[in-house]
Amino acid sequence: MAELVGSLFAEPTWVHYLGAALAFGTIIVFGLVLPIAGITTWVERRIMGRMQSRIGPNRVGPAGFLQWLADGIKNMLKEDIVPSAADGPLFRFAPYVVMVGFVGTFAALPFTSALIVADLNVGILYVTSVTALVVVGILMAGWASNNKWSLLGGIRSAAQIVSYEIPAGLSIFPIVMMTGSLGMQDIIKLQGWAPWSWNLFANPFAFVAFFVFFVSALAEGNRTPFDLPEAESELVAGFATEYSGMRNLLFFMAEWGNLYVIGAIVTTLFLGGWQIPFTFENKVVQHVLEFATFFLKAYGVGVLVPIWLRWTLPRIRVDQMMSMCWKYLVPIAFVNLIGTAAWMIWSPLWLQVVTRMVLVVSAAAGTMMFAHRVVYHLEYAKLTRAHLLFNPLATTRSPG
Amino acid sequence: MAMDAAGLHARLREKFGDVVGPLEGSGRNASATVAPARIAEVGEFLKTDPALRFDCLSNLSGVDYPKQGHIQIVYHLFSYLHRHAFVLRVNAPRDNPQVATVSSVWSHADWQEREAFDLLGVTFEGHPDLRRILMPEDWPGHPLRKDFVEPESYHGIPTSRESLLKA
Amino acid sequence: MSLAGFEVEVQRSKDDGGVVTEDMTLSMGPQHPSTHGVLRFVIRADGEVMKEAIPDIGYLHRSIEKIAEKVGWHGFLPYTDRVDYVAAMFCNHGWSLASEQLAGIEVPKRGEYCRVIADELCRIHSHLLGVGSMAMDIGAFTPFTHAIREREYLNDLFEELCGARLTFHYMRIGGVGWDLPAGWIDKLSHFLDRFEPLIDEYDRLISFNKIFVERLANVAPITAEEAIDYNLAGPNLRGSGVRYDVRKDEPYSVYPELEFDVPIGTGEKGTVGDCFDRYIVRMREMRESCRILRQCVVQIPDGPVIAKVPRNLKPPAGDVYVRLESARGDMGWYVVSDGTAFPHRCKIRTGSFSAISIVPKISRNLMIADLIAVIASLDLVAPEIDR
Repeated sequence: MAELVGSLFAEPTWVHYLGAALAFGTIIVFGLVLPIAGITTWVERRIMGRMQSRIGPNRVGPAGFLQWLADGIKNMLKEDIVPSAADGPLFRFAPYVVMVGFVGTFAALPFTSALIVADLNVGILYVTSVTALVVVGILMAGWASNNKWSLLGGIRSAAQIVSYEIPAGLSIFPIVMMTGSLGMQDIIKLQGWAPWSWNLFANPFAFVAFFVFFVSALAEGNRTPFDLPEAESELVAGFATEYSGMRNLLFFMAEWGNLYVIGAIVTTLFLGGWQIPFTFENKVVQHVLEFATFFLKAYGVGVLVPIWLRWTLPRIRVDQMMSMCWKYLVPIAFVNLIGTAAWMIWSPLWLQVVTRMVLVVSAAAGTMMFAHRVVYHLEYAKLTRAHLLFNPLATTRSPG
Repeated sequence: MAMDAAGLHARLREKFGDVVGPLEGSGRNASATVAPARIAEVGEFLKTDPALRFDCLSNLSGVDYPKQGHIQIVYHLFSYLHRHAFVLRVNAPRDNPQVATVSSVWSHADWQEREAFDLLGVTFEGHPDLRRILMPEDWPGHPLRKDFVEPESYHGIPTSRESLLKA
Repeated sequence: MSLAGFEVEVQRSKDDGGVVTEDMTLSMGPQHPSTHGVLRFVIRADGEVMKEAIPDIGYLHRSIEKIAEKVGWHGFLPYTDRVDYVAAMFCNHGWSLASEQLAGIEVPKRGEYCRVIADELCRIHSHLLGVGSMAMDIGAFTPFTHAIREREYLNDLFEELCGARLTFHYMRIGGVGWDLPAGWIDKLSHFLDRFEPLIDEYDRLISFNKIFVERLANVAPITAEEAIDYNLAGPNLRGSGVRYDVRKDEPYSVYPELEFDVPIGTGEKGTVGDCFDRYIVRMREMRESCRILRQCVVQIPDGPVIAKVPRNLKPPAGDVYVRLESARGDMGWYVVSDGTAFPHRCKIRTGSFSAISIVPKISRNLMIADLIAVIASLDLVAPEIDR
């Protein structure tokens, strides 16, 4: 970006750089971040609807696709209520802190080999640190609402996010050790396009680290089964109870957009990022394909799987969540860390190759067994193709 | 072993004599009247005696009999162990109804007596926490009494309004 | 401190580090997404752990018992629906039974079978809502929508039968209001064919899900003695291991001719009488209701559905206490007649009133999240508590 500014202006000063940064940031936020967050709400509501034997939004736009725009406009036009006994400045400021914590990560996400806002050499560390800002925002929201239920939600959330930072961070370290660098593009470049060259199958410890990281990231994102802070049945909306209008929307946009960020981090670390098998002369085609690869991987793992989990599983209780983190995930993450180090030092090349193959084959076998099980249940329930047609553009109930 | 109504009544009479009145009714609805001040002892005996073992107070109702001048508390008892049932009645004078509490015998009587106090004004002596349960704390009067007159307004909210049918 | 009439004693304590802490007093207020109606709990908590949870009821008190004294014997039937609108058939049945026993009316056989069919359908209706909202309170939203989907089929059946989806007013003193419509029995059989495998699907989805079981097992176990002492009834009592069902032990209507089992809680996932036992008893009761319905469909005779009852009914003076097995347990109707056209007193003893009276005792040292699970497992409905 610095080169771009330098090429546009003869003598760029700090004002030009600042202006360009703001312009670029605006484009990214309004062109990429907000649509991702908004469209994720549509995807979630349609999938959630089909899982619950109903349709989901289907009025605004084709198959309800513009529902998120309508919700955004509605929230902007709503009255912004600040409770009179609430701590005014903190109350107003909290949603912005949460948004910064979420949007700030996009500065370091590698969308393609060249499309990254800032290829920091501490990329992954920056991303995990910025997402921790969300804790500050949630605590501010919970405290400033002057509402004991919001306070409970805020404190629960702070405890949860801070606790699950530990296994998440510890699960990143094996990858960092294998790569030898914290930079996002370096991590991706060390992997390949093929599944057997991904970090996920590199060694058994990285395989386990993937699951530990995924669970911790779910907990950090306040998603079911870890959605105690906003447990609707208990705390109405937890820390966001007193918020109305746009401030409320900012909290929830941060939550949905965070799913994509989780997916992006997981794709970078474990699933080979934007790597595609071929290189093209035409750089545009290359970057579009790389972007599509990255986006599909990030969306599949980071958005669709958490949506599936959210509408299937119940929520776990505070003490069970804490004991799971400290008694199970942290020791496992430590074992992964030391195991990876030991693996890197002592494992011979043939063992590494064999392990990769074994892990890839077992993952493929697991997927086949799962697919077989799904088919079995569908036949057991005697569902037909007509019942199953997952047509996101459907506007009527499926037959039967 | 389930005992029939006559046997249950006989056992009660044997222990308490005249405190327990004669047997009225038959079958599951057989009942006997007990003096209001002694109902706690009778209840304790009914619960602990091995042949009787009435471990459950199924229902405690208050009934207002203005013509007879008393409020009657009806206790429906049931034994899960022996699977027999009995009914006790207590008549308390209407102007100052006071009955001994059985909440030390059967735990659920706590709430049921609060309801009788709330809706009929019966005071249960020895009750740990006798306050209104269904009506608001500052409601005047006891609604289930036959001579209850609804207050004109409650905290400024009128309790009646003009008929909408008038032109 | 005083919280709307409650004297809650807040404790201050000094821990080892010399820090003074104070309990937090919360009001899980009348408006809340998961208190199953308009209920209020005043909670005194030390962080997440509750020291006390005191229920405050009376928000839904509609003086139904007093209304009985004003509207007469037949006129009270629509009001009985509102006593427990989630399981309204049982309330109709209770009042009808009490009036019939006082007046000495006998219901024809087909009428009795119609009553049992309506009762058991209503039991499934109520249990679906109970377990669905329990799953929703624990955090799993999908089973709730699936339960509501099944309830929609039941609502269609009820609507065809008596014209209403919630407050049925189907039963009358002396029988039922309308005979079964043509073809309704076949629709009922189709519904049962569809519904019974879906109970299995429900079990696979949520009943034995590890997170769900962990949330419910060993939470607030109620021993059999406590359950009997606090007058619990129905699935709450059977979940604690007491094998008592009014349909089996003091049968009424045509239940002696029907074959079914009575599921009880056995502590299969934790302690006997914990929240999971109460939940699984309800699931199994739904299966038993399907069994009863299939027998009724086969055995129902022809004939009139209602006896001849005078319009101006004046039962002889006396009182009667009838019990029937409602979805929420043993519902008792104590009705006093003084020989006139208006009842002298009607007292309704409901399962939810007993269940909420045990909440302060069993919720000590539970977490706030567990209180939600306890309330849901006891299947409290506010209209029954307050009447």
